[in-house]
Amino acid sequence: MEFPILSLMLAVPLAGAIACLFLGAQSARMVALVATLIDLALGVVLWMNYDIGGAQWQFTERAEIFAGFSYALGIDGIALMLIMLSVFLMPICILASWEAIDKRVGEYMSAFLLMEVLMIGVFAAQDLFLFYIFFEAGLIPMYLIIGVWGGDNRIYASYKFFLYTLLGSVLMLIAMMWMVNESGTTDIPTLLNYDFSPAAQTWLWLAFFASFAVKMPMWPVHTWLPDAHVQAPTAGSVILAGVLLKLGGYGFIRFSLPMFPEASEQFAWLVYILSMVAVIYTSLVALVQNDMKKLIAYSSVAHMAIVTVGLFAFNVQGIEGAMMVMLGHGLVSGALFLCVGVIYDRLHTREIARYGGLSINMPKYALFFLLFTMASIGLPGTSNFIGEFLALAGIYKVSTLVTLVCTTGIILGAAYMLYLYRRVAFGEQKNADAAAMLDLNAREWAMLAPIAAAVLWMGVYPESFLAPMRQDIAALEARIARAAPDFDADNVIGTPRERHANFVEATHGSAHGEEGAH
Amino acid sequence: MEILVIVFLPLVAAIVAGLTNKAAPPVFAKAITTGALFVSAALSWPIFLSFVNGTAEPSVVPVLTWVQSGTLAFDWALRVDTLTAVMLVVINTVSALVHLYSWGYMEEDPDQPRFFAYLSLFTFAMLMLVTADNLVQMFFGWEGVGLASYLLIGFWFKKPSANAAAIKAFVVNRVGDLGFMLGIFGTYLVFDTVSISEILAAAPGMSGATIGFLGYTVYTMDVLCILLFIGAMGKSAQLGLHTWLPDAMEGPTPVSALIHAATMVTAGVFMVCRLSPMFETAPVALAMVTFIGAATCIFAATVGTTQWDIKRVIAYSTCSQLGYMFFAAGVGAYGAAMFHLFTHAFFKALLFLGAGSVIHAMHHEQDMRYYGNLRKHIPLTFWAMMAGTLAITGVGIYHLGAGFAGFWSKDAIIEVAYGRGTELGQFAFWMGVFAALLTSFYSWRLMFLTFWGKPRWADSEHIQHAVHGQHETPDEEHGDAAHEDVHPHEGTAGYHPHESPLTMLIPLGLLSIGAVFAGQLFAPTFLDDAAFWGSSIFYNAPLIDAMHAVPYWVKYSALIVMLIGLFVAWLAYVKDTSIPGKTAEQLGPIYRFLYNKWYFDELYHYLFVVPAFWLGRQFWKLGDIGMIDRFGPNGIAWVVEKGSVGARKFQTGYLYSYALVMLLGLVAAITWVLF
Repeated sequence: MEFPILSLMLAVPLAGAIACLFLGAQSARMVALVATLIDLALGVVLWMNYDIGGAQWQFTERAEIFAGFSYALGIDGIALMLIMLSVFLMPICILASWEAIDKRVGEYMSAFLLMEVLMIGVFAAQDLFLFYIFFEAGLIPMYLIIGVWGGDNRIYASYKFFLYTLLGSVLMLIAMMWMVNESGTTDIPTLLNYDFSPAAQTWLWLAFFASFAVKMPMWPVHTWLPDAHVQAPTAGSVILAGVLLKLGGYGFIRFSLPMFPEASEQFAWLVYILSMVAVIYTSLVALVQNDMKKLIAYSSVAHMAIVTVGLFAFNVQGIEGAMMVMLGHGLVSGALFLCVGVIYDRLHTREIARYGGLSINMPKYALFFLLFTMASIGLPGTSNFIGEFLALAGIYKVSTLVTLVCTTGIILGAAYMLYLYRRVAFGEQKNADAAAMLDLNAREWAMLAPIAAAVLWMGVYPESFLAPMRQDIAALEARIARAAPDFDADNVIGTPRERHANFVEATHGSAHGEEGAH
Repeated sequence: MEILVIVFLPLVAAIVAGLTNKAAPPVFAKAITTGALFVSAALSWPIFLSFVNGTAEPSVVPVLTWVQSGTLAFDWALRVDTLTAVMLVVINTVSALVHLYSWGYMEEDPDQPRFFAYLSLFTFAMLMLVTADNLVQMFFGWEGVGLASYLLIGFWFKKPSANAAAIKAFVVNRVGDLGFMLGIFGTYLVFDTVSISEILAAAPGMSGATIGFLGYTVYTMDVLCILLFIGAMGKSAQLGLHTWLPDAMEGPTPVSALIHAATMVTAGVFMVCRLSPMFETAPVALAMVTFIGAATCIFAATVGTTQWDIKRVIAYSTCSQLGYMFFAAGVGAYGAAMFHLFTHAFFKALLFLGAGSVIHAMHHEQDMRYYGNLRKHIPLTFWAMMAGTLAITGVGIYHLGAGFAGFWSKDAIIEVAYGRGTELGQFAFWMGVFAALLTSFYSWRLMFLTFWGKPRWADSEHIQHAVHGQHETPDEEHGDAAHEDVHPHEGTAGYHPHESPLTMLIPLGLLSIGAVFAGQLFAPTFLDDAAFWGSSIFYNAPLIDAMHAVPYWVKYSALIVMLIGLFVAWLAYVKDTSIPGKTAEQLGPIYRFLYNKWYFDELYHYLFVVPAFWLGRQFWKLGDIGMIDRFGPNGIAWVVEKGSVGARKFQTGYLYSYALVMLLGLVAAITWVLF
């Protein structure tokens, strides 16, 4: 058996989480930073050793626990990328909390490290119930982070967060139990190739959908997200937007599509409609927000809608695009929340109108903010463009109408993001306290610069990220191809016209050609 | 591989200048960016000339893998063919001169490194656009220039109007980009590739194909080309998506010259020419190109006749000239469209930089009502502007075979529209001629208001400010205007306009050469040389023959209307200056309609902006809070609270009770499954 690197990646933050509970503030911070950095290093090792084009499931570990339920880990390229996203964002979150959190620091760091364990676990789990435990337990530290270290209205926000997500989970759990009963296994790779009857798929799909749609979040079960983001501390928002929102998309890729392909096709229209509504609706809501975090939260809903249409395009571009949007959005929205956090730490308000003219006193900050704004808008050369472009190209093969509606997101996205940027970074310095804020310090540089580099890397050379996933997504496409929806843009090749559009009879011969001009 | 240097040197310069920013003295950023651009320009001309001689072959230089997703694969690569070579010289020459000009124009700005970094960044993006080998890289350049345009329009970011204009430019362009993106998706769907050369090779075979679009079945090539053209309309400010261009004049004047006259706004024309074999399979799309082009040409010219801001007049003029290029492309004369693009780049950049020199001399006053008599004060600028005006109004005589740059290219377009021999061609022809009349009128109006007549400077706030400032700092005034006698009662307010520094005059001089000779020199190549174009555009030889065969009255029509326009402008703005006011009064409604730019801004404001914000608020307050939350989580909470007293113990709001319930549930569930 090979070296259990995945278990080690779970063990390191777990040990750190336990240690933090018993340590003072400063040592807890250090322990958390070191633990997350070790995990990042392990993640790099994992990526380096991942055999592109090799076995579908790599780094597998398995320990039977009881009666079919087993501690089984293993990753494919899709999981690898999402694990990388998690371990990459984690040290940055610890840095973001360095000064902002000053009460119950040990517990806070402990909650974050526990969060990391659960996030890695959820992507690495190969057993259905193990997945469920990681998936649902992830709620608890997040709930704590919002409820204990959140803003003024944190109880309402955490209550909403919990209520929504729990509701979906109950249905999913019932569906999982039924599946295990039916198929006789809890092993996810086996279930991926198990064909449930179409009638059963319908109910199973809906049960899973209830959970994933909330996590995603899709319209109309998105209202927990703005409140959760607004109340969460900066690092909480980063993880929420960066990784937790990706659980829904991961769920669709891992469960809904391959396990219930017929039902996925059957309900694709539902996904399209909800996504189309989400793009228009939440973009317009984002346009009128006065609270920076709320604005970015609503924009997340719109971006996630591109993920869902991409996934349900049933083709390689759509799914690869959806994955790239997830990764890109994870980085960019995380970075935008960090940008909000940077100025929130200085002025303790998220109200857009309190800022203005920050380009003058914080030019470096303004540059980073601009980069992430442009990435959020999906400017080519940044991570989000690749994802959005591929996802929309994928859905175009299925429905031009859905593509048209979802592509309006690029207009609305530009409108609300640039409007935000204008009010924060441009204009006159209206408020003396905002004008007196200092530019980025070294710690903030260390937070933002790596994300900026990753955003550009992903935009210019996305091959590094697409290559590991290619084979898995091809396999997924092959699996669901039998249920792929009909095209509405069906190109029928007709008889080509003999003449081109501006055909002119050549009557005058070539005599005029000699004249030169005119 | 000069092309790698040409394209990436400006990027490197932009990054270095941008990152050092104020850490180094401004001259560092200025030297490095300007130097880079002069190198790029110097390397571009040999490439272009080798295509003119016919010694160069089209080539593609691969740079890096970009995306591979199933069959959707595209790489970073630099393509050089005739069309690219034309754009290379246009972009790099104008950009280098604008960089140099900005040394003088931006001298007093505290943010010079940022300005020069943006200019070079823009140039890089524009070069990526024109060297693209696939549609997605073209889109990269397309959006890159959009970003640079956004940043430069909003360069003076303290001004609310500049910020608003920057956002408007970006968002309106995004509407076009929506079309562009859908066009790329559709093209990929149909051809299974986004490589431009492969698409163009396969396009004729698709000319009879039909495809589903939004539930309708339509001709494949028509719908693809229309979608792509919508992208071109946005970037090139064609009617409907033009509203951002006049506002873009909020940016510094060198920016207007480079981006909003010579290069970026011509990207749409470039795109249609680049894809011309594709457009030739799409008659409906081409009809639309022709119609939109002709309509824009006339629309913008009418508005241009009434504006007072010198830059806005030139901006509408640009919009109008772009319309010429589009309808030339629409009737199949892609070479003529590119030729006008080429000459226009020189004379329009010249006019803008000249206007910048005037504004510089008049202490940032842009309203022509406060100009007058400047001919005697800034003679070099005057002569440069004169060259530009003679070029744009198309002065030249057919039988002499001599004329300024615009004569060669604009007349070719007007003639080819006539020679095309269709009704739409006729429409475009008449629109083109009428627009030429208006072009002549507004261009001479600009010249007369600015350079002739008596000084009307005294009422300008900028001038007053300058005069009062001068009393405190007399050293600002040099001896340039010392020979001028003071005319205390002639409205000068004691102000002495001063000629611009050499860094500004040299670009004006070089561009004047282009405005005078570019047409004469290159007309045979651009219009008649099929071998020059090779396969880079669709070259329609019989159409060019038909163009040459048009009657003489067509060939002279542009000159005649030019003289009429000149005469009317002279009459109204030199001979009897009371005419404009009286006419405006008599034609009140029409005048206001034109002066207010056909009310497009107001229309869009009430049609899109207001409803978007209103809907956003409704969705938020009524949708999210009023419906979803009220009947969702809050409703459930209400039901639980009221309905179940016993359950209250669990609704404590404490985390551990929730966690406990969940854990118990989980244990129970697993137990149930297992046993």
